[in-house]
Amino acid sequence: MSGLRQIAFYGKGGIGKSTTSQNTLAALAEMGQKILIVGCDPKADSTRLILHAKAQDTVLSLAAEAGSVEDLELEDVLRVGYRDIRCVESGGPEPGVGCAGRGVITAINFLEENGAYDGVDYVSYDVLGDVVCGGFAMPIRENKAQEIYIVMSGEMMAMYAANNISKGILKYANAGGVRLGGLICNERQTDKEWELADALATRLGTKLIHFVPRDNTVQHAELRRMTVLEYDPASKQAEEYRQLAGKIHANAGNGTIPTPITMEELEDLLLEFGIMQKEDESIIGKAASAA
Amino acid sequence: MSADVKTRNQELIQEVLAVYPEKAAKKRAKHLNVYEEGKPDCGVKSNIKSLPGVMTIRGCAYAGSKGVVWGPIKDMVHISHGPVGCGQYSWGTRRNYYGGTTGVNSFVGMQITSDFQEKDIVFGGDKKLDKMIDEIVTLFPLANGLSIQSECPIGLIGDDIEAVAKRKTKEIGKTIVPVRCEGFRGVSQSLGHHIANDQVRDWVLDKAESTHETGPYDVAIIGDYNIGGDAWSSRILLEEMGLRVVAQWSGDGTLKEMEKTPKVKLNLLHCYRSMNYISRHMEEKYGIPWVEYNFFGPTKIAASLREIASHFDDKIKEGAEKVIAKYQPMVDAVVAKYKPRLDKKTVMLYVGGLRPRHVVGAYEDLGMEVVGAGYEFAHGDDYQRTTHYVKDGTLIYDDVTGFEFEKFAEKLQPDLVGSGVKEKYIFQKMGIPFRQMHSWDYSGPYHGYDGFAIFARDMDMAINSPVWGMTKAPWKK
Repeated sequence: MSGLRQIAFYGKGGIGKSTTSQNTLAALAEMGQKILIVGCDPKADSTRLILHAKAQDTVLSLAAEAGSVEDLELEDVLRVGYRDIRCVESGGPEPGVGCAGRGVITAINFLEENGAYDGVDYVSYDVLGDVVCGGFAMPIRENKAQEIYIVMSGEMMAMYAANNISKGILKYANAGGVRLGGLICNERQTDKEWELADALATRLGTKLIHFVPRDNTVQHAELRRMTVLEYDPASKQAEEYRQLAGKIHANAGNGTIPTPITMEELEDLLLEFGIMQKEDESIIGKAASAA
Repeated sequence: MSADVKTRNQELIQEVLAVYPEKAAKKRAKHLNVYEEGKPDCGVKSNIKSLPGVMTIRGCAYAGSKGVVWGPIKDMVHISHGPVGCGQYSWGTRRNYYGGTTGVNSFVGMQITSDFQEKDIVFGGDKKLDKMIDEIVTLFPLANGLSIQSECPIGLIGDDIEAVAKRKTKEIGKTIVPVRCEGFRGVSQSLGHHIANDQVRDWVLDKAESTHETGPYDVAIIGDYNIGGDAWSSRILLEEMGLRVVAQWSGDGTLKEMEKTPKVKLNLLHCYRSMNYISRHMEEKYGIPWVEYNFFGPTKIAASLREIASHFDDKIKEGAEKVIAKYQPMVDAVVAKYKPRLDKKTVMLYVGGLRPRHVVGAYEDLGMEVVGAGYEFAHGDDYQRTTHYVKDGTLIYDDVTGFEFEKFAEKLQPDLVGSGVKEKYIFQKMGIPFRQMHSWDYSGPYHGYDGFAIFARDMDMAINSPVWGMTKAPWKK
């Protein structure tokens, strides 16, 4: 297991975590790395671009059918996609019932106990947007992911989320070995986006590992349920993901313990880059009619 | 009690507190006191979270609802909703006697659980609950209703048991009561009692339309769980004095009896702690007065019979006197036989809802003295009521820790300790006679005149057993 790299992608919902991670992992596979993707989202769409289909057989749905997770075999849940990337989805309940967090814990324990990690170079966890409870923090606990990559953009909420996730990592960093690998900025074409992302990375005690420019090729590929690497390997965007993959590959052991900042510091940062206007205290709490 | 005893008790409290870390000592100090005659309460704080690290004797909200309030209702199936342990390990522990045929029309002696598995946690247990209710109705067609007793995970995963209860009630036409008594709620079983009372109000009384004939002497026994037959030995006295007992809450009770209760003339409340809530509700909503009574020992029984009778006409008042007179020779015989053997013996009590105060009179009738008393889950009003029973200088210990209880007994050297099964063997190994005062040590009943005879015999057996003369090692003689 010594050579095994366990990484995880976190970030605000809708930021493009699954797209970025799958494209990057496809590029890593192209480099000859053997990869396992563990989707930790009840929606089970973390491996769609690799498998060209939404995974139907999640660990938890099969376990529910069979009676319990002990009745499952690894082969039942493992699917192999583009460039032999192995894919597993934890799955989970429909919205509003049960406990999806417990589902993630159950699924990851099952994979570990059944040797899903044997013979791979990378295990990558794709976790849903908000770390709402202990279950979704499972991948960053001891002996799980060592490096976390936070997918973010120049938008305010994405930066808030990145800071919050850093707080979560900090909590587990001292108990276990988890480190922040870096920020990945998924371009949204906001003002001074690169500069802002870079400044935030510095503040968080990490680095902006890559700035992924916006490119419609990604959307074209996604419509075909493919990664850019597979859909158009010669494209400029594929090259971007190859660069990102190369940087992650070279980043082993370079993770840091994040230094999350306070809400005020974050707002100051946004002010500094002109993203946020200085608050006009005189308008707070006043309705439109009172103005 | 003499000033010496008071001083000794005060010093004893300081002695046990000295062992704790500073913060713990500060907190525990508020729960320990020596009762000063004339004070309106016992001078202790109560109903506060137990300290981490101590051995507390408390239970949980599920224990309060399923174990105490709902469990004894015999014609309903009580589902322990969640993983198997809570129902399994609390199975049959309260000795709530009941009539009927188990598994046919009575279900108290059964442990019925939804037995949650991992998949039920992840995907929610509503569907399982739904299916389970159908299975119960098929298996036990004579069950008149069901209750859903939530274990901890139900509250964590947010299962909508109320929605299931509503839907299935419509489908099967029987009362289904969802109870959110998850064990992590509150500081002890006490909140479980309250939650259970509230669910009786919302899901039984508010929905019931009882058309039974009512009479001028209708009463309900509230807060008697028929441990070892307690409610039965109480009921005969009430009936002999001319009252009509239409409901027993909840020992040997039924759903129908609960539904009938809003039309009684008087509610008779034995365990104040666990059922004062529903008694107050019935007073507010239906105008039914309630009276607390105490059926332990002839002195308190006679006083209680007269107090109850005072709410009725002369016929009942005369009836009460007749009952008291009828049993007097029996009481005299019991006292004549046991008092000489028990006179001046001392007792330390640590029990639950009402017994730390209610049994004091019964011991005194036998010439015994209660020198220490404490409650697992009492509130301030319980400690106020306790002042009517205990003597000046009595050691009071709220939510006592294992350490404190042992130390106190070591110093006080009582002739008897009355507490629960977890405490029993500790004290017996210390050479102190012991009686379980939750389960009556597999004996009972202790309520009423019949119960007093059994109570006296049991205390004598415990204290005067020849075994205590053999506990010293021969080489230490």
